Amino acid sequence: MTDLSNPMPVPAAPTEALVIEAGRADRHYWRDLWRYRELLGFLAWRDIKIRYKQAALGVAWAVIQPTVQTILLTFVFGKLAKMPDGGVPYPLLVLAGLLPWQLFSSAFSGAGNSLVGNANLISKVYFPRLVVPLAALAVALVDLLVLLALALPVTALYGVPPTWRLLLLPAFIVLALLIALGAGLWITALTVKFRDFRFITPFLLQIGLFVTPIGYRTDFLPNWRDLLALNPLTGVVNAFRWCLLGGELDFYGSGLVMSLLLAAVLLGTGLWYFRGTERKFADII
Amino acid sequence: MSDQVIAVEGLAKRYRLGLAARHDTLRDTLSHGLRNLPRLLRRSGSEAAARPGEFWALRDVSFQVERGQALGIIGRNGAGKSTLLKILSRITEPTEGRVTLRGRVASLLEVGTGFHPELSGRENILLNGAILGMSRAEIRRKFDEIVAFAEVEKFLDTPVKHYSSGMYVRLAFAVAAHLEPEILIVDEVLAVGDYAFQRKCLGKMSAVAAGEGRTVLFVSHNLGSVTALCSRALWLAEGRVRAYGAAAAVAADYVRSQTEQARTDFDFRAWGGTERHAGRLLITGLQVNGGAPVMHREAFRARIGFRAQTAVEGVAFGIGLCSLEGTRLATLDSDLDGRRWSYPAGHEGWIELELADLPLSPGRYSLDLGARSGDVTSLDYLPACGLVEVQPGPRTPAGAVQIPGGGLRLSGEWIERS
Repeated sequence: MTDLSNPMPVPAAPTEALVIEAGRADRHYWRDLWRYRELLGFLAWRDIKIRYKQAALGVAWAVIQPTVQTILLTFVFGKLAKMPDGGVPYPLLVLAGLLPWQLFSSAFSGAGNSLVGNANLISKVYFPRLVVPLAALAVALVDLLVLLALALPVTALYGVPPTWRLLLLPAFIVLALLIALGAGLWITALTVKFRDFRFITPFLLQIGLFVTPIGYRTDFLPNWRDLLALNPLTGVVNAFRWCLLGGELDFYGSGLVMSLLLAAVLLGTGLWYFRGTERKFADII
Repeated sequence: MSDQVIAVEGLAKRYRLGLAARHDTLRDTLSHGLRNLPRLLRRSGSEAAARPGEFWALRDVSFQVERGQALGIIGRNGAGKSTLLKILSRITEPTEGRVTLRGRVASLLEVGTGFHPELSGRENILLNGAILGMSRAEIRRKFDEIVAFAEVEKFLDTPVKHYSSGMYVRLAFAVAAHLEPEILIVDEVLAVGDYAFQRKCLGKMSAVAAGEGRTVLFVSHNLGSVTALCSRALWLAEGRVRAYGAAAAVAADYVRSQTEQARTDFDFRAWGGTERHAGRLLITGLQVNGGAPVMHREAFRARIGFRAQTAVEGVAFGIGLCSLEGTRLATLDSDLDGRRWSYPAGHEGWIELELADLPLSPGRYSLDLGARSGDVTSLDYLPACGLVEVQPGPRTPAGAVQIPGGGLRLSGEWIERS
């Protein structure tokens, strides 16, 4: 792309002129993002590799945590609170809810820490900063796929065979990713600007674990159902259950529409805020 | 028309003071917002007026570089060199002015950016290459060459945390040296590494500039390497261009201008701007000879004050004594004398170095200070952070005073053999 406002002829070499000016960083942004896609892959690969290299139990962590959470939530909501299961084995309800929740929480907290954790990169090398939270998202996606590969046999063991609905699951994974990205962009930019958000992130996730219907079904809570749908993850959790657990669950379309709308809003505002603060990252990090 | 590769016009960068040194907290923002609310509502005050708490790191900087030229950028600490490089590398945006770059840019503001200690040499080459903007295919193509240049064949699959500092730096530089940009931006990276390797890197860089028709921007405190490597030099002082021209002439003017007072007591707490404060350990001050004059062939004591921001292990301190041109004449590293220390977070203290017999000839010298930790990462580095004056002492031979310069003045046995 030659700079049209510059009347000087472009020199013989077949190179493009890059113009740096205040407020002009946007011009090549999306093209640069595409150009730096390999870096995105490398950063995700690095984070996955390091996580499993440093932890003694390695890959097992991706499994242990949701297993324990499934048992705990089944016990608290299913056994103690005796929430209705509608004929679905309770652990499966919880597991199907945990899948998108894990994806979200790992992407959200990963993104929140990503820029501060890569501060040396930000202050020494140019690349579209969006690469960093996107890499955190990719790491979360890999974790989800591992978990999903393990969850499917468990579902079959409980006597719930996979159906054609499973084919729609990728669409809902994408929806969960978009929600996580939208929220992640907000938290990333806010964490760079205000370090307080490092303490706020775990707190938000703790609240999220309960306002997202992971341990219970919203279709048996008519009074609360619409209120809970204001959480974009509610629609995703319901959709995951619908895909994984067969005929016992209704689709709850209005909740999903709400999810889609909120995802669009989160992503739009997240991108806007991130892009707005991004140019100052190197100055404040 | 000349073949201009870099054109910088009226470049300026304004920083808000305190913004970088201390991160915003929500509380500050909220209370500040509330206090300023009435003023905001009235919308008074113009944007352009210079406000207190702001400073211009660069002001009205313009220059051009032609294809194949190597430009050295010199100036004191805080003169705006790093800011200029950061703008040219697109890490930060200018406040005013514009830069036009024609060609693929690679910038090397640090050696081994993004290196991860847990990853092997092989993995770090791939990662670092991607960070510096190489494509996967390009890295693969140059992989063997990089490994050979770094001389680390045997340790390719060892995590780099087990590397010696020399190996680490060699590997990191090797990746960078194999970039094939049309414009290469280098900041002070040659300050590390052993001498032979520095020579090798300088050789590689001049080959890049002269032989392969690439354009190099090079920032260094070492005027020797600037004049050796660059045909032209840009001298920045307080954010403005003080001189721009033939490297040798600009360097000579620069040396002549160093009228800074030699001292024996230095406070580095606010030295060198903002970047140091992110570190794990901060060198806070230096006291030489307890305030007494420094004399040739007498005892020399240097007390380095420091504060550990976080817990640090195996810290080594170092002092470099350089000529005013920036050439290192002597290096004293505590780890080479077998001394390293560990400190808990928040610890403040002093480390004292004592030399019984200072061999530096009478004259003025520039000081480098540094601290690095056991895992070879630099904790704090203050190049050219102060001037000391060495005076003739009682044991200085009268002749040595009349012949100025000479760097280290050593005594030897002189025997006539027939």
